Amino acid sequence: MAIWCRVSSRTIANANHMRKRMNQGFAVDVNRASGFSSASNRGRPLFSDGNRRHLNSLPWNRATLVWFQRFKSTLAEKQQDPFLSSDSDEDHQSLEFPGGKVSYTSEMNFISESSQTRVPCYRVLDDDGELIPDSHFQQVSEEVAVKMYSKMVSLQIMDTIFYEAQRQGRISFYLTSAGEEAINIASAAALSEQDIILPQYREPGVLLWRGFTLQEFADQCFGNKADYGKGRQMPIHYGSKKHNFFTISSPIATQLPQAAGIAYSLKMDNKKACVVSYIGDGGTSEGDFHAGLNFAAVMEAPVIFFCRNNGWAISTNVSEQFRSDGIVVKGRAYGIRSIRVDGNDALAVYTAVSAAREMAVNEHRPILIEALTYRVGHHSTSDDSTKYRKLDEIVYWKNARNPVNRFRNWVQSNGWWSEQQETQLRNRVRKQLLEAIQVAEKAEKPPLAEMFRDVYDYPPSNLEEQEKYLRETISRHPIDYPADIPV
Amino acid sequence: MALRNIIGKRIGNGIGLVGRRSLSTATCDVENRNSKSMNLYSAINQALHLALETDPRAFVFGEDVSFGGVFRCTTGLADRFGKARVFNTPLCEQGIVGFGIGLAAMGNRAIAEIQFADYIYPAFDQIVNEAAKFRYRSGNQFNCGGLTIRAPYGAVGHGGHYHSQSPEAFFCHVPGIKVVIPRSPRQAKGLLLSCIRDPNPVVFFEPKWLYRLAVEEVPEHDYMLPLSEAEVIRQGSDITLVGWGAQLTIMEQACIEAEKDGISCELIDLKTLMPWDKETVEASVRKTGRVLISHEAPVTGGFGAEISASIVERCFLRLEAPVARVCGLDTPFPLVFEPFYMPSKNKVLDAIKATVDY
Repeated sequence: MAIWCRVSSRTIANANHMRKRMNQGFAVDVNRASGFSSASNRGRPLFSDGNRRHLNSLPWNRATLVWFQRFKSTLAEKQQDPFLSSDSDEDHQSLEFPGGKVSYTSEMNFISESSQTRVPCYRVLDDDGELIPDSHFQQVSEEVAVKMYSKMVSLQIMDTIFYEAQRQGRISFYLTSAGEEAINIASAAALSEQDIILPQYREPGVLLWRGFTLQEFADQCFGNKADYGKGRQMPIHYGSKKHNFFTISSPIATQLPQAAGIAYSLKMDNKKACVVSYIGDGGTSEGDFHAGLNFAAVMEAPVIFFCRNNGWAISTNVSEQFRSDGIVVKGRAYGIRSIRVDGNDALAVYTAVSAAREMAVNEHRPILIEALTYRVGHHSTSDDSTKYRKLDEIVYWKNARNPVNRFRNWVQSNGWWSEQQETQLRNRVRKQLLEAIQVAEKAEKPPLAEMFRDVYDYPPSNLEEQEKYLRETISRHPIDYPADIPV
Repeated sequence: MALRNIIGKRIGNGIGLVGRRSLSTATCDVENRNSKSMNLYSAINQALHLALETDPRAFVFGEDVSFGGVFRCTTGLADRFGKARVFNTPLCEQGIVGFGIGLAAMGNRAIAEIQFADYIYPAFDQIVNEAAKFRYRSGNQFNCGGLTIRAPYGAVGHGGHYHSQSPEAFFCHVPGIKVVIPRSPRQAKGLLLSCIRDPNPVVFFEPKWLYRLAVEEVPEHDYMLPLSEAEVIRQGSDITLVGWGAQLTIMEQACIEAEKDGISCELIDLKTLMPWDKETVEASVRKTGRVLISHEAPVTGGFGAEISASIVERCFLRLEAPVARVCGLDTPFPLVFEPFYMPSKNKVLDAIKATVDY
């Protein structure tokens, strides 16, 4: 009897082991999550204008409809542990520990450090902007597509001109989002205006989408009186309460645990909204990434962690940043549903964010999106990336893998855009931006008093003293101080 | 104002007596309506109950707060207000504070607990670079004023390097946050309620030694004590002593003994270290001409240095003697050597006499 048991358990262990070996990759079976079940109102997709629509009234193709009912990676694999089965034979082989039941095996196996294949990346448009056959994606209307495309172009122009302005010494600093226009605009387009944005710093396109004007961008970069930040921070550190866009801060990844707290508040207030927090590949190495994701998972907070994996953290390539298969695989470590998407495919980004938002809001859970892309520009105006990467690599991504060109092709192929509109748009935006810069440059700076306000809600006595003393110093030595700041 | 001494015996543990700690509630402008005798952790517990009762958007969170906390400060809160408002967090201080900043940024009262002040450093970036600058950098579009971070601090007799630290000086160097330290149960309740309701992020250090040992009558109603107002808790004319937290009981003992030698000591509880009440201290020094500062934290770079420099700037010609500092030594907080490390009553007394005899 004893021998039989031993053999039997070995057989079972081997069988399990074989099954495990055969299992590759992972999939998300969202059947149970029922984010899109048509049976309940809860499941109806939200659209970026905030309205719910009945599935049947949408311009879906069948494939889309079917797809929406289940999310599965192409390596279909049940998320459920293969060891757990209803087979009564194996029940007695599970152990109770704090944290739940776990089955055991007498064969020692280490989980491999990586899957045999990398997690595939979701894309819908090929490199030329042609729809890949049998793609599943969320359709966008002409109006939305044209708006998306126009904003991508505006972002490009904004980046080019502000970068030049810095080179000319007119602003002190700038950083571009070149190469990441699809991430910026498409992710923003998939959200509602009530969703709260916690950016890193390479996402001005989100603000652009929400209606932040070129003048408002320029005012912040020039630190003038109209800057909402009152001239206190470096250029590109935008923030806008009315656009639900929290003020950018330079430290990396600090926004991630804050995002979890904000999302928890939304949940407590029963708001039908989520938080979207952006981070780069480098930022995922920070402790705050771990803190943010773990807290969001445990608190069941509706937050989308959007990682822009653009391959570079200043001069540090991803090969020097982590040894995992990018960032998407880290989601599971926290119990967070994740997806890898082609960040240069505007439609794919739009679809993934839409779906993530549904899940986050309706199921009160965090979602991790890794968008693969490439940082075409230098890290910032303080960087020359040709020092650490090849020029042809940059040129290749700028031309052959350009997200703006790709999306334009798709928009044009639908008959929604023309060369003429292109020229008109580019000229108009250029002109508006140059005017905005002129206005911003000439505008008054914030008065000196603004240096002392908002440290606290009211200035304490030490600040009042210091302001008084400083003013005396200024009157004694006016030449030490910039003339364009009203005292 | 009647002077009331409440003596709490430190339970011997073989290391040796550091000294009996007694407490005075010399002046307290809180009327004694219905009050009850209670210790520090109970007073803090009451404050938290009131905070959550009066504001439905108040939350208490941190490691182990759900069952009542390792120092029992959060007893009963989860049962009364529910798991959605009183909850354990993962073991991650930067997460606790970051999460708290987010909650506060949405207009909630986020009352975060750091289990020991010794472990607050992972959250230092969130406190200094985020919480302290949240309002300023946004041009006042956003703020996290509803954030209060509570942490037990200070010597406990056997805490060693990592259960005894007084890190207040690090935080006093950060414009944008407030730092508050109560000396007694009655003070703690009123000050904590003020901190929670103050529209600025606050770090509230609770003297852990006093959690059980300090017992006094604490009013049961909802009351608040003002921030950035120092309190003269003992009147005197020969020398001004400035301190905060548990150290005040040591200093008071020294004052009592000095009186036997005919030295009249004025004792000030700073209460709020950032922004601190220079006016009250200055007025006292103008009266006495001598000042002594005492704190457990290491002397070099301690907050006593800031007080000393400020007083010298403002009262130089009035001073009859150098500013004295009786503080912890410049070592990591030692275990068996704690009695030697601490700024004891006799060290304070020696310094009082030296300053008066200068």
